[in-house]
Amino acid sequence: MSRAEPGRSAAYHRVVVWVLFLILLLPLAGTLLYSISTSWSASLLPSGLTFKWYVALWSDPRFLAAFAQSLLVCVGALALSVLLILPLLFVVHYHFPKLDGLMNILILLPFAVPPVVSSVGLLQLYGSGPMAMVGTPWILIGCYFTVALPFMYRAITNNLQAINLRDLMDAAQLLGASTWQAAFLVVLPNLRKGLMVALLLSFSFLFGEFVFANLLVGTRYETLQVYLNNMRNSSGHFNSALVISYFLFVLVLTWAANRLNKDKT
Amino acid sequence: MNPFSRGKWLALLCLLPFAVFFIIFQIAPLAWVAIHSLQGESGWGLDNFSKILASKFYRQAIQHSLEISFWSSLFGILIAVLGSYSLQRVDSRLRDFVNAFANMTSNFSGVPLAFAFIILLGFNGALTLALKQAGLIEDFNLYSKTGLIILYTYFQIPLGVLLLYPAFDALREDWRESAALLGAGPWQYWRHIGLPVLTPALLGTFVILLANALGAYATVYALTTGNFNVLPIRIAALVAGDISLDPNLASALAIILVGLMTLVTLVHQWLLKRSYHVAR
Repeated sequence: MSRAEPGRSAAYHRVVVWVLFLILLLPLAGTLLYSISTSWSASLLPSGLTFKWYVALWSDPRFLAAFAQSLLVCVGALALSVLLILPLLFVVHYHFPKLDGLMNILILLPFAVPPVVSSVGLLQLYGSGPMAMVGTPWILIGCYFTVALPFMYRAITNNLQAINLRDLMDAAQLLGASTWQAAFLVVLPNLRKGLMVALLLSFSFLFGEFVFANLLVGTRYETLQVYLNNMRNSSGHFNSALVISYFLFVLVLTWAANRLNKDKT
Repeated sequence: MNPFSRGKWLALLCLLPFAVFFIIFQIAPLAWVAIHSLQGESGWGLDNFSKILASKFYRQAIQHSLEISFWSSLFGILIAVLGSYSLQRVDSRLRDFVNAFANMTSNFSGVPLAFAFIILLGFNGALTLALKQAGLIEDFNLYSKTGLIILYTYFQIPLGVLLLYPAFDALREDWRESAALLGAGPWQYWRHIGLPVLTPALLGTFVILLANALGAYATVYALTTGNFNVLPIRIAALVAGDISLDPNLASALAIILVGLMTLVTLVHQWLLKRSYHVAR
């Protein structure tokens, strides 16, 4: 799609793109600079540079615990999602293609209903009684499954369509495989890469989820975002180091997903 | 039972775990909210809704939510349009780089974003100071409506670029050349060809941005510790606050929020139907 543009308009487009980049970069760059400065107040530039905030952060046991708990909840939620969504997709596409229309409406729900709305019901339904889950990581795992659902469903559907599920299954069965064998040994390996990309991207946005984590669980099982919010009164430099560490982690994940995505073609 | 139908039954059985989890964590909470929004102190009815509409405080929350969402979506989509159009027209190295960067910053929202903005634009923020020294602003309050609109706009931009960038593929270069050959200036080209072709994509993106801003809770909560009056903050305060809990009233507010989002989507559908370029 690259088109050679004559001088003036090419220059205009370059400037616009650079301005867009700078707008997006500015808050990050400011936070990065803040996180490595000794002190920075009432002046344009920081007075000195240091890494002590990162050292302080990465040796804080509460931070490390929150980080680990975030990891656990996200991995748990994604494992649950795969376990629930893969059979669903397989069955819908292989046995009941008509259900796809219904599913496409159902997966809009997590989009259309903001977490703060769901939380109202979740708090009342599972706050006490036989299914009391509020305050435990279990409720987060369940909620994160719904958050990841629309994205995972769409991504894996695209993949299934790309590999011609029906032909693949028919070929495998013609060669004597049972439905289970065909699904596990033939279809699943073909989905591996697309699934990895979907998982990495889902992970990166689940890792940043705050509403459910704060309203349903809070400090009882502190995740990274809740920890970040609770540290609001500590040093701004410390918080910046936290923000940058978080962003770098997500950056690596999205970068890996992009790489995988490119390799695929 | 023949083996074929047994296979179908087994297949249906595979759907069961998904259905159970989806009902527990998505359908049931929503149903609870819908039912309890209609439960007032004196039994069933629209008590909660009339209470909300009679209250200045809640009307202000709704108004703030709408204003912030509208302006941030408008600014966000304007910047995204200019940006994605130019993105299509620069060399591929710069394009891929900025595209990937926009992708990554779409994850930079909520609490971390609020903190970054406090550092940059808070009372003692570096940018606030720089602009003050340059004499461009008198004072700037990030914790106000204007501040929130700027903050929201920031997280709308990457999403807007992500959604709009593919839409510009629909604009074919030969249309522009043909229009120019037939004597159309750039203004006429955009008025009669470019904009009408892009309209469905622009409307769709605008609706998604609006919904995104209406439901946003983390950013404004982290920035103002829940002191700024918008709908999501009010809802959360009524179920998880420290003072007065009223889940039924919270449900009614939640229904209003979802209702606003539905209304926006319906208007979008209606506009799409009227739009001339949508294939029938």
